[in-house]
Amino acid sequence: MIRSEILKEIAPIIRDHLVVCNIGLPSQELHMIDDQPTNFYMLGTMGLSSSIGFGVALAQDKPVISIDGDGSVLTNLGTLPTIANNATGNYTLLIIDNGSYGSTGDQPTYAGQKTSLTDVARACGCDNVIEVQDKDLGPVLQSAIDSDEMTIIVCKCDSGNIKLPVITLDPVVIRHRFMEAVAS
Amino acid sequence: MDISKKIVDDFVANDVSFITTVPCKQLAGVIDEVEAREEIFHIPSNKEDEGMGLCAGAFMGGKRPAIIMQNTAIGVTINTLATLTQFYRMPLPMLISYRGELREPVACQVEMAVHTKALLNQLNIPTYHFHWQKDVEEFDNILKYTFMSNKPVAILTDANFWGGYGDQ
Ligand SMILES: Cc1ncc(C[n+]2csc(CCOP(=O)(O)OP(=O)(O)O)c2C)c(N)n1
Ligand SMILES: [Mg+2]
Repeated sequence: MIRSEILKEIAPIIRDHLVVCNIGLPSQELHMIDDQPTNFYMLGTMGLSSSIGFGVALAQDKPVISIDGDGSVLTNLGTLPTIANNATGNYTLLIIDNGSYGSTGDQPTYAGQKTSLTDVARACGCDNVIEVQDKDLGPVLQSAIDSDEMTIIVCKCDSGNIKLPVITLDPVVIRHRFMEAVAS
Repeated sequence: MDISKKIVDDFVANDVSFITTVPCKQLAGVIDEVEAREEIFHIPSNKEDEGMGLCAGAFMGGKRPAIIMQNTAIGVTINTLATLTQFYRMPLPMLISYRGELREPVACQVEMAVHTKALLNQLNIPTYHFHWQKDVEEFDNILKYTFMSNKPVAILTDANFWGGYGDQ
């Protein structure tokens, strides 16, 4: 499965929850598949999906899911120790690990080679790290959201992209409706 | 006057309850004070852009955030300031140690000091420079201004403000 197929499959699971979504094609795909005010789309700032989502989770009690990418986690590896050492049960980090920088044309990342983000997350002190194959993600994600413990999911999948338009929503609108959803 | 205490009192009075830090020798006292306060959730970050991501999330989650960092971090946060904090119009008080200014003992620090105000200016970030201890009196107003305007705002605090370095 490629990322867009995964997002289609998990859309019903995440649609009522606060979601922070990675820059580029992941956000564009989620926006096309199931746009929700509870989705915070990153339009820039590669690497910070996990940090932004974690900040939301620390500041309030609702469940928060960060959808991140292998390349973006690699660029902000410092996020994993911070998350591990300040764990909060309402947070789930879903790393869609397609082994490539998908949005920029599927250039290979080191996560698709010798580096295991699962092992890295564990070494950083994250307690619940689950590596899962794309087709098995749904139930794993559902139970991570339902559980009181913070979970890091590394979802291994194929690289590959579909053609779709950029997000033209104004960033302030994205932020405003997300904050209204947080407060509701 | 204990300026670290005064600064953190002002944070608390302005409802700032989520603070991320990356240490600087000059900031040790204020970071200790942040850590000691029950009203504030202190979360050290590993890099300042990561910290700004945490602050963006905390703000959207309903808390007032702040970051405490060294001026050298301007060099690693420009993209984040432009494409996250400013693009989405979020408030962020940045209490910054202004290394490489008067009374600086480490020559390398001067190399970023000479770019600091120019970079902040280029980013249209409102910038205040605390040089004398009494400048701290403005801090409360600066925090109010930051959360009124929904912008990142820089408070540069130099060695003279912190009382120098003592014997090196
Ligand atoms: C600082 C910076 N460098 C490079 C880019 C270009 N860029 C945007 S998305 C992306 C790939 C992200 O890869 P990954 O996180 O694995 O997500 P995927 O698209 O594979 O799901 C890159 C390199 C950028 N936006 N910012
Ligand atoms: Mg990828």
